[in-house]
Amino acid sequence: MPQANPAQSATQWDAEGHLEVLTFNLGEETFALEATLVREILDLLPETRVPGAAPLLGSVVNFRGKIIPIADLRLAFAMPAAEATLDSRIVVIETETEGETFQIGIRTDKVHEVATLSRDASEEPPAVGMRWRRDFVRELVRRDDGVVVLPDLAAIFRSLTGGADAAAGPSSTLH
Amino acid sequence: MSLQDPVAAFRIEAGELLDQIEQGLLDLGHRLDDRDLVDEVFRGLHTLKGSGAMFGFDALAEFTHHCETAFDRVRKGLAPATQELVAVILSARDHMRALIEGNGSGLEATGAAILAELQAAIDGASDSPPAVEPAGAVPVVPVAAAGSGSGWRLSFRLPADAMANGTNPLMLLDELRELGECRIVARTDKVPPLADLVPTECHIGWDVELRGDISRADIDDVFIFVMDDMELSVTPLEVAADDVPGAAPVAGADGSAAVQGVAPPVLAAIDSAAPGKSPAATPSAAPKSGESVRVPAERLDELMDRVGELVIVQSRLSQLASGQASASGNELALRSISEEIERLAGELRDTMMVLRMVPVASLFSRFRRLVHDLARETGKTIALSTEGETTEVDKTMIERLADPMVHLIRNACDHGLETPQDRLAAGKPAAGQVHLSAHQAGGEVLITIRDDGRGIDRERVRAKAEVQGLIQPDQAISDHDLLQMIFHPGFSTAAQVTNLSGRGVGMDVVKRTIESLRGTIDVTSKPGEGSTVVLRIPLTLAIIDGLLVRVGEGRYVIPLGAVEECLELSLEEHLRSRGRSFITLRDRLVPFLRLREIFDTGTRPDPHQKIVVIATGAERVGLVVDQIIGSHQTVIKSMSPLHRDVATFAGATILGDGGVALILDVVQLVTLGQHQEERLRAAG
Repeated sequence: MPQANPAQSATQWDAEGHLEVLTFNLGEETFALEATLVREILDLLPETRVPGAAPLLGSVVNFRGKIIPIADLRLAFAMPAAEATLDSRIVVIETETEGETFQIGIRTDKVHEVATLSRDASEEPPAVGMRWRRDFVRELVRRDDGVVVLPDLAAIFRSLTGGADAAAGPSSTLH
Repeated sequence: MSLQDPVAAFRIEAGELLDQIEQGLLDLGHRLDDRDLVDEVFRGLHTLKGSGAMFGFDALAEFTHHCETAFDRVRKGLAPATQELVAVILSARDHMRALIEGNGSGLEATGAAILAELQAAIDGASDSPPAVEPAGAVPVVPVAAAGSGSGWRLSFRLPADAMANGTNPLMLLDELRELGECRIVARTDKVPPLADLVPTECHIGWDVELRGDISRADIDDVFIFVMDDMELSVTPLEVAADDVPGAAPVAGADGSAAVQGVAPPVLAAIDSAAPGKSPAATPSAAPKSGESVRVPAERLDELMDRVGELVIVQSRLSQLASGQASASGNELALRSISEEIERLAGELRDTMMVLRMVPVASLFSRFRRLVHDLARETGKTIALSTEGETTEVDKTMIERLADPMVHLIRNACDHGLETPQDRLAAGKPAAGQVHLSAHQAGGEVLITIRDDGRGIDRERVRAKAEVQGLIQPDQAISDHDLLQMIFHPGFSTAAQVTNLSGRGVGMDVVKRTIESLRGTIDVTSKPGEGSTVVLRIPLTLAIIDGLLVRVGEGRYVIPLGAVEECLELSLEEHLRSRGRSFITLRDRLVPFLRLREIFDTGTRPDPHQKIVVIATGAERVGLVVDQIIGSHQTVIKSMSPLHRDVATFAGATILGDGGVALILDVVQLVTLGQHQEERLRAAG
């Protein structure tokens, strides 16, 4: 459901048209998330698989006594799974869906720095010619070293909990 | 209770008083001629009026004053206690609550309307001859007759702390004097030697001969506010009764006599459990599960001790951390600190859990009013009985149980119980019974709601289920399964939708709520004899005892309360059961689930598979696991909202090594097992 809820997924540029983001790598791509969402960056933790959960949210970790899910955004962007490296980190963010605030850890291959993106350099995702689901991408921002992807986390999680395309419901593993 | 705001403190106290009044009134509704109850309600109203005026709740004080006056007439035998009066005072009680909370508009109009009703109730009652309303007036008459002309011999002792609590014995004696001619003798036999004398305690008893035409009720009036704690014997004075020879009449106004006096503190304490006290007084005194909880001071002290120890251990730990790193004794010291902390954490947790426990009485007492109102609305006669009110449950559990239980009780009263005529026609007593009971069984509390009504109408349930397409018209279904249909969303068998229940948002919500508390609900019913609903809920929401098992590489916790037994799945059985997943357990076939397959572990099974048999209610299912690690006390953490669709897990917990183990949802797994059983039966 692209643009089903534009207000929720709109990018919050500030008055000067800037946005502070944390940039990180998944495979060859550079992604960015609003710095205000980020709570913590962690080394990899021992993960516990949750049987029956969607592969994209297939495990949980103990984050300071709380059980938080770990999201593998590679799966949302059709990238092959990869081994963890020395650079792998978990970015813990706090976000909100349907009025509930919750924390979630995002597995990344490498975390870069906090950067400032400019609205002038941003574009809506193209309607054609993209390998990814269009509604999973909010903006593409050009930079000197390439393109930064601003993913639409709300849309991605919505597709898991509410959408019919939830990858593996609990019942499908039972037969 | 460290409440700074006196008004807030008054609100809490008034809330308790109102509850006490309500309980008293409800009891009075059943035993209209019980004078103790009349007195109890009167005392409650009186105290409420007094403290209301003290804290500036003038409207409340004035309104309560009218009710108190009305009740005073009943107490003096001028008007009988009637159902109408009880009902009016009950609604007045609700109005008082509104006045205390100070919310709602049109309070004055409501108050005036209630007072008008009150006047009507009192007038109506006074007009009727005592023969019609035997309550209240009757016991006074013979007593007054007996006392007439001669008088009474009184002997009383106040509790030792009476003066500290503001009772002035001299005023009591003065009041007695106002009744008639008095001869007062102080009993000084309990006065201790001067060295042991506590001057603030009351040690004197009094023998009083009271002459004149005085009713027993008048005497009780004098002592009404101290009655519960004092010793009092009243005997009619024989006409020929001799004066006590040689006893120096004490004027009673002599202060020095009071100083010499002694009271028996122990006796007074025992006496305080007055036999005539209404049983409702106990539940109403129980801590409410509202915003504040009363905690016994010793439990707090215990908690404080533990915290104190924790602080000491913590300072030892930081000393160790900052100190000389090379010392070889460090490891030993660290281990001792770790053990210390482990012990403290365990004790803190236990103490904390106990603090959160509240007797279910605070839950049950709410339903007395509900049943009373339901009886009036439906025109049925309903007797509510309760059992096991002292069973303790976690405070949050109490709060979350209230709504489902209200629904179940409404159902029982509205659908279950028949009208008095129907009951008599069916050969049952006219009054319908609703029985609530609670008792603890292991880590669970069983709450039973039983009625002796008409039972669940199978025909109607079946018809409704067929209409809704839940079962096929010719489908054979067990009685138990048929009854489970009532838990289906949108299912209501009430042919007529009443004000009370039957709006179709019923039992499925109840079931969901109970299951969200990790509880189960089971209903049984006998046509013509009534229905029983059993709720099984865990003692607490926060901590459970669990059985830690390993499946593949993952560790899982099975709530220990649900575990029936653990067996080894022998190799033959394992091979034999390839096609059908059943084991024979004491001549019963128990379906089992291979968790390795459900969880899709992708690992090779351990050579010696174990079966953990779990049960909810009568349903059993075996879970095949790779290894049983052991029992494990578990602090339950909820799963992320993003994992809410994963129904097989009720939560997660953190293990000693910091890893996470998921907690299996027993109800879901049993349902899964039953489905599998049905599928296999259908196939084979």
